[in-house]
Amino acid sequence: MANTSPTLEFKSSTFFAPILILYTNDMIAIEQTLYEKINLAPDFFKDSPLMIDLRELNKLNLDLDFAQLAQLLRRVGFFPVGIRGGNEQQNKQARVLSLPIDTVRELGNPIIIGETQKQESTQQPLTQPEVAAIKEPKEPVQPAAIPPVSATTILVTQPIRSGQRIYASGDLIILSQVSAGAEIMAEGNIHVYNTLRGRALAGVHGNTAARIFCFDLQAELISIAGDYKTSEDLNKQTYNSPVQIYLQNHALIIKEIA
Amino acid sequence: MARIIVVTSGKGGVGKTTTSAAIAMGLAKRGHKTAVIDFDVGLRNLDLILGCERRVVYDFINVINGEASLNQALIRDKNCNLLYILPASQTRDKDALTHEGVGKVLDELSKDFGYIVCDSPAGIEKGANLALYFADDAFVVTNPEISSVRDSDRMLGILSSKSRRAERNEEPIKEYLLLTRYDADRVKLGEMLSLEDVQEILSLELLGIIPESKSVLSASNAGIPVILDEKSEAGQAYADVVARYLGEKLPHRFIDGKQGFLRRLFGGRK
Repeated sequence: MANTSPTLEFKSSTFFAPILILYTNDMIAIEQTLYEKINLAPDFFKDSPLMIDLRELNKLNLDLDFAQLAQLLRRVGFFPVGIRGGNEQQNKQARVLSLPIDTVRELGNPIIIGETQKQESTQQPLTQPEVAAIKEPKEPVQPAAIPPVSATTILVTQPIRSGQRIYASGDLIILSQVSAGAEIMAEGNIHVYNTLRGRALAGVHGNTAARIFCFDLQAELISIAGDYKTSEDLNKQTYNSPVQIYLQNHALIIKEIA
Repeated sequence: MARIIVVTSGKGGVGKTTTSAAIAMGLAKRGHKTAVIDFDVGLRNLDLILGCERRVVYDFINVINGEASLNQALIRDKNCNLLYILPASQTRDKDALTHEGVGKVLDELSKDFGYIVCDSPAGIEKGANLALYFADDAFVVTNPEISSVRDSDRMLGILSSKSRRAERNEEPIKEYLLLTRYDADRVKLGEMLSLEDVQEILSLELLGIIPESKSVLSASNAGIPVILDEKSEAGQAYADVVARYLGEKLPHRFIDGKQGFLRRLFGGRK
């Protein structure tokens, strides 16, 4: 590895961005409120990436001039980086404006999704003002930097089927099987008290202390804080066994638990 | 209120239409007024399997668009007068299906039918999504091979998240497994997944195993649902499926294959 320096590398990672939930399409009101909020914490919001959440707006059936909104956000100092909860037409408009469309939280179970989103939207901007807008997951994270409030544990009792995705902002506990082709992600630890056949990504915000526990390891991919192994790289000895997986000096350790 | 059953699989060619025709006929034969709807707009097949292709005048899309009434489009089966078929349109595509339109047709049918069987197209696109959206029960048709099992698993995920019941937070769709084209001899040779292999991944309530049988193809070509062929194993298996669905407790058959003449004579060896 020392002799050959690769041109580039893809790593799985996540970064922190506030979410802007719109309850109105009144541009003047939006602009005014934005300035008020920014004045409260000018450093926190300066050049911040911003995710636009349209669900509340769509619940009220309000139309929105997207280009105008993006312009407004940039003017007040934000970088809109994507939208979520948009309808077909809004997604189309977003694409025209080169705004990515976030669907991560829309594919899995709706109940779970609702919980994580509520929590993120109300708590993150309030509790993490000291955290810079983009947190590099590769950096060693101080335990103090992990906000205690966001560690909400999510419990799932039904099977996670192929194609489903579950995201937990804290720990994720799953009692049923996780099928091949499913994806479970948590900012904290992942516990699967059944067979794990899909992909499991723990510590997705860079928490290198996060661990994965499962009853029967048959995973397609496991990752902690961006360091991953695919099933091909998994040791045959721990395959089909109850294991815990943790990170030690950037190496994933898979250890059988008796 | 009718009970709405979706017959689905994700993968194509596993036996959805054969199953839809068989169970719809089975339910009707047991005295339940049953309608079976072909959701495979553009690739209309159900009418062929039920042998009514020459009586199709109006179709599902005509009813959705208000060009024909439901009574004009429904075709009464010639073998059983409690079975009605709503054929798909062959000249349109899945985009002709609308959420409101399908809902309206199902609501109207619900008024005087006991069961509505929705024959889903393959895939996870609009046709398949609409076929399952309004369902109360799902028959997941799976072949004992790995890609079919994977696709069924994907379909189960969609059933639990994208249906009306899921959106309204009601009791989830009841999901049943139907293992079709099962060849016990090939399972023994290790060429085919066994029931246990499939159940390890899907873990669903098993409604029945339909053995691979030549009678399925000949019944399809003749336009007579295989369930009416009481001598065939597939026909009997489908009859069992219907009975189990209606609450009868029957032991599962066809897991270990044919009890051949010689084997019966000398005692089966596993």
